[in-house]
Amino acid sequence: MANSLLQVSNLRTRFHTPEGTVYAVNGISFHVNGGETVAIVGESGCGKSVSMMSLLGLVPTPPGEIYSGTAIYRQSDLLKKTEAEMEDVRGREISMIFQDPMTSLNPVLTVGRQLTESLRVHLGMTQAEAERRAVELLEQVGIPDPARRLGDYPHQFSGGMRQRVMIAMALSCTPSLLIADEPTTALDVTIQAQIVELVAQLRAALHMAIIWITHDLGVVAGMADRVLVMYAGYIVEEADVQDLYDSPSHPYTLALLAALPRVDRRRDQRLKSIPGTPPNLLVEPHGCPFAPRCEFVIEKCRHENPTLIEVDKNHSSACWVNVKTGAPR
Amino acid sequence: MSDLQPLVEVQDLKKYFPVTRGVVLQRRVGFVRAVDGVSFTIQRGETLGMVGESGCGKTTVGRTMLGLYPATSGSVVIDGDDIIRARRRDQLRIRRKAQMIFQDPYASLNPRWTVNSIVSEPMRVHKLFANAKERTERARELMGLVGLNPNLINRFPHEFSGGQRQRIGIARALASNPAFIVCDEPISALDVSIQAQVVNLLEELQDQFGLTYLFIAHDLSMVRHICDRVAVLYLGVMVELAERDELYENALHPYTKALLSAVPIPDPRKDRARKRTILTGDVPSPINPPSGCRFHTRCPIAMDVCKEQVPVWQEAAPNHWVACHAVTNG
Repeated sequence: MANSLLQVSNLRTRFHTPEGTVYAVNGISFHVNGGETVAIVGESGCGKSVSMMSLLGLVPTPPGEIYSGTAIYRQSDLLKKTEAEMEDVRGREISMIFQDPMTSLNPVLTVGRQLTESLRVHLGMTQAEAERRAVELLEQVGIPDPARRLGDYPHQFSGGMRQRVMIAMALSCTPSLLIADEPTTALDVTIQAQIVELVAQLRAALHMAIIWITHDLGVVAGMADRVLVMYAGYIVEEADVQDLYDSPSHPYTLALLAALPRVDRRRDQRLKSIPGTPPNLLVEPHGCPFAPRCEFVIEKCRHENPTLIEVDKNHSSACWVNVKTGAPR
Repeated sequence: MSDLQPLVEVQDLKKYFPVTRGVVLQRRVGFVRAVDGVSFTIQRGETLGMVGESGCGKTTVGRTMLGLYPATSGSVVIDGDDIIRARRRDQLRIRRKAQMIFQDPYASLNPRWTVNSIVSEPMRVHKLFANAKERTERARELMGLVGLNPNLINRFPHEFSGGQRQRIGIARALASNPAFIVCDEPISALDVSIQAQVVNLLEELQDQFGLTYLFIAHDLSMVRHICDRVAVLYLGVMVELAERDELYENALHPYTKALLSAVPIPDPRKDRARKRTILTGDVPSPINPPSGCRFHTRCPIAMDVCKEQVPVWQEAAPNHWVACHAVTNG
């Protein structure tokens, strides 16, 4: 992992709220190699977005607090940078696109204005240069008639087209890492397929690494190289994409896959649902967070939280039980 | 199954919304043809799926069927009663038989009402019980039925999780003992692990009470799992209708094929190996829908005739209906 682009270790993020402390991210470690697509999968509240916001210095402090951790990006720790230094990193080195493009674009400025701003600020281009580059960018993300559309406002674009504009903005300074936070969740499947295809093409053309945050195990299968599964602020499983689907090794991953109906298969039985609800993050974690919902649970799970251990080559799972045999590890 | 009298019969249903301009003197400048002539039947105990991209009119069909929007024209017969032409005093009686479960479990429950008031409301409106005590008794029973602890009956919606709120919505829908329930994207706001719980609950209730569902959704995998037959809508018209496995395995309409090929499969080898038809562009505006076949602007196999003539709705195989010139002309 010496040549990884980003190396995150033991990241913990908490929020101090009137109701108590929210344990959002509880010591996660992972790496991203240059040009690689890593998917982070988990349900709402599992800490997938907060961990990414923490890396980019986008967690408001207070109420948030980065309690511990390092995030080494190109030999320097993102978590130790000042706000001014982070402004240089965001957009230029690491870009982010969000789920809802309507709330991340300024509704009263034209798309052209929003696109050229970062080009002028980060790259010192003149207005004319920036406009030429903005047209190129819109063309690259597949927006028809880009020169004319520069003068349009966000509401004049459809949902899919707005997400393309967001991608164009994120790519404007050719970052080496793109963080995509559920970029297709609000879109129809047909438009989702367009965006996934577009990102795959751009990644190949620009040699970007991508962190793709999603709750959809279907989308992940088609586009990721490696997958991290998160639950209650922990990474519970990490594997190459094919291994994860071939031999899921954490009971949560197993249960998620079993709960998914398949468009390519005839129905044979009821879906296997996961009983219970995700844990309350206001309670300090104690034992394995998935234990109350887990069908493999043993006594040890309730007291001691398992750490990620390698179960196969490049495949780790945080579980006291071997899910293939049902025996304790 | 088709010999029996269907529970629900929809004939040439249309719903246009006026588009106006001006604030004080509103001039009508056109119509959004949200639903433009849709016909189908649903048998007793059957689940009919309705799929399509956003803006295809699937939610409007559900809402117009229950009279939540006044229909522009057409008829909706539920259990022998025409819900659209019914006289005012009959309407309440008819509506008792048809209920709805909404997409957003946060927006569809009144935050100032307790669960008891929410679930008892349909019983109060339809005068199903003599007094509040009996209604509360029934509400507690319904809570147990949908898997909620009846002792939480005096709590407010914000004290429940998304999945639990959807269960409250289901209990409310069941409160008037309906025969037919429109499920409008009932699981799309829920997490994956909770979706399966709610879908299984809907199936158990269907088995127990012989309920008939119209299941509106954009998740085509879930629709294949839960529905008996599936209707595909595009820009306010139906383009294909068939039994579940027939539709997913032998889709005839190019739009259905494209929709199905866009659904990701949670298996990397399979997902990456298959051929995708990626539709270009977005759904056109329903204010000025394309001439001829409405799909011709995005269709990968469009011919000249598709621009000019509306394709005929025909039975291409037993119980497999489709509207496409390419299918008609061989």
